[in-house]
Amino acid sequence: MRYQKVPLLFYDFFQGMGEVGLLFSRTIKNIFKKPLEKDIFLQQVEEIGVRSLPVVSMTAAFGGLVFGLQTYIGFHRYVGPGSEAYGGPIISLGLSKELIPLLVGLMVSGRVGSAIAAEIGTMKITEQIDALFSLGADPNKYLVVPRMVAAFLVLPCLTLYGDVIGMIGGFFYNVVVMGVNKVIYIKNTLLYFELWDITTGLIKAAIFGIVIAIIGCWQGLKAEGGAAGVGRATTRAVVIANIMILILNFFLSKALPASLGG
Amino acid sequence: MIQIIDLHKSFGSNKVLQGVSLDVKKGETLVIIGQSGSGKSVLIKHLIGLIKPDKGKIIVDGIDITQLREDELYKARRKFGMIFQSAALFDSMTVAQNVSFGLERYSKMSQKEIRKRVAESLAMVGLRGIENLLPHELSGGMKKRVGLARAISYGPEIILYDEPSTGIDPIRADAINELIIRMKKEINVTSIVITHDMVSSYKVADRIAMLYQGKIIETGTPEAIKKSNNQIVQQFIHGSAEGPIENW
Ligand SMILES: Nc1ncnc2c1ncn2[C@@H]1O[C@H](COP(=O)(O)OP(=O)(O)OP(=O)(O)O)[C@@H](O)[C@H]1O
Ligand SMILES: [Mg+2]
Repeated sequence: MRYQKVPLLFYDFFQGMGEVGLLFSRTIKNIFKKPLEKDIFLQQVEEIGVRSLPVVSMTAAFGGLVFGLQTYIGFHRYVGPGSEAYGGPIISLGLSKELIPLLVGLMVSGRVGSAIAAEIGTMKITEQIDALFSLGADPNKYLVVPRMVAAFLVLPCLTLYGDVIGMIGGFFYNVVVMGVNKVIYIKNTLLYFELWDITTGLIKAAIFGIVIAIIGCWQGLKAEGGAAGVGRATTRAVVIANIMILILNFFLSKALPASLGG
Repeated sequence: MIQIIDLHKSFGSNKVLQGVSLDVKKGETLVIIGQSGSGKSVLIKHLIGLIKPDKGKIIVDGIDITQLREDELYKARRKFGMIFQSAALFDSMTVAQNVSFGLERYSKMSQKEIRKRVAESLAMVGLRGIENLLPHELSGGMKKRVGLARAISYGPEIILYDEPSTGIDPIRADAINELIIRMKKEINVTSIVITHDMVSSYKVADRIAMLYQGKIIETGTPEAIKKSNNQIVQQFIHGSAEGPIENW
């Protein structure tokens, strides 16, 4: 019996990826078809974007602080006292390329991916999706497209905002709390930190946005078996999206060039 | 107008429909009866393409809707209005937004005309002045009736009622029977009604069909059904626990 579990898991995995791929390609095809569901799109921008601001602010601020703290310790210990101000560009780079997009992706996935799965899952088990069909609305176009497009556009904005907050956090810890030389800190940051570092983070965030929305919708549309089924779909949406975000993050870091200049 | 030919549908190992064949004429009211779980809802969901059959054809006005592409299916759906067993109101929208949903997609009316039509549709099911309430503020029976108003608002030619009067008090349920009869007389709609209520079946039906073990085992006028020799039909219409139907 135990041996059967493994191929079954593989089977589930590939079946799942197939379903997600199909859903994604249908959604892409539907983006430019009329009528454009503008109201729902704006509603989703508010839901995914505006309402995520408090969470993003908190995580970015503390992410920046703690990253600033460890970078300070690193320089202090290995390069020597007085060198801490050189940590500026490292903090900015680490935050904008890795920490902030990842934190934003994981936090928004927990907040929004679960909400998408729960909302669509409830609609599914109460026949509301069937009702959409019967009234001439394509559920994919009506539910999935606005969520995916909103997440795709909003996550980079949240990340950019988080970058700013995080960098202020790193600066605050080093310059204000630890009394590092402000001029060197800023000068070095401006010298070595590139616009491309921010851009890579934003590209990642846009892709994470697609992952969060598509996985949430996929699980919601698959939900069955009453309230418990919706609960399972919600949990699964978050777990699967988070794992995908972490895995994709590594491969994107590897694939995207470290620097555009050379 | 509608021909269902040898329809088969299974969910996994659960063989729900095993060769259903049924004709519905234009302007006719056909009532489908059958045990809970016999596949009545599954059968009528096939008619608007919500479920794809494993085998079989559904011909509506000469077109086999099981073979249609998605965009063609949307056009074909315009002919149908469906009342869901669970009402299926959009719970984030007001009553008015629910009722106007199909109108906005299926017609080219102005906002003013839509508002007027929404009020008319609600009045037809005996509801007034509830346009701005949300579904969770309505009773179960009111939800059912809003679902009915939503389905008739855009003037479909064929209306599919999945247990329209379940969960509604007897007086209102009879008002819904009257509505079904009126829609037929006044605008010649074709109706398929699923119900467990034999009194209302006899009242609204031109013909009654019984679904049992995945097949239509008998069709006929209410009179013919009452006099049927089939023991299963007799047991069902008399609601008796004793008889050939066992696995309930
Ligand atoms: N989407 C689905 N997936 C799997 N099985 C389903 C699905 N929809 C219906 N079934 C199964 O099909 C069978 C028939 O269901 P259906 O809802 O059509 O019954 P019904 O005749 O409408 O019953 P009731 O009178 O209680 O509404 C049931 O066994 C049900 O479990
Ligand atoms: Mg049913």
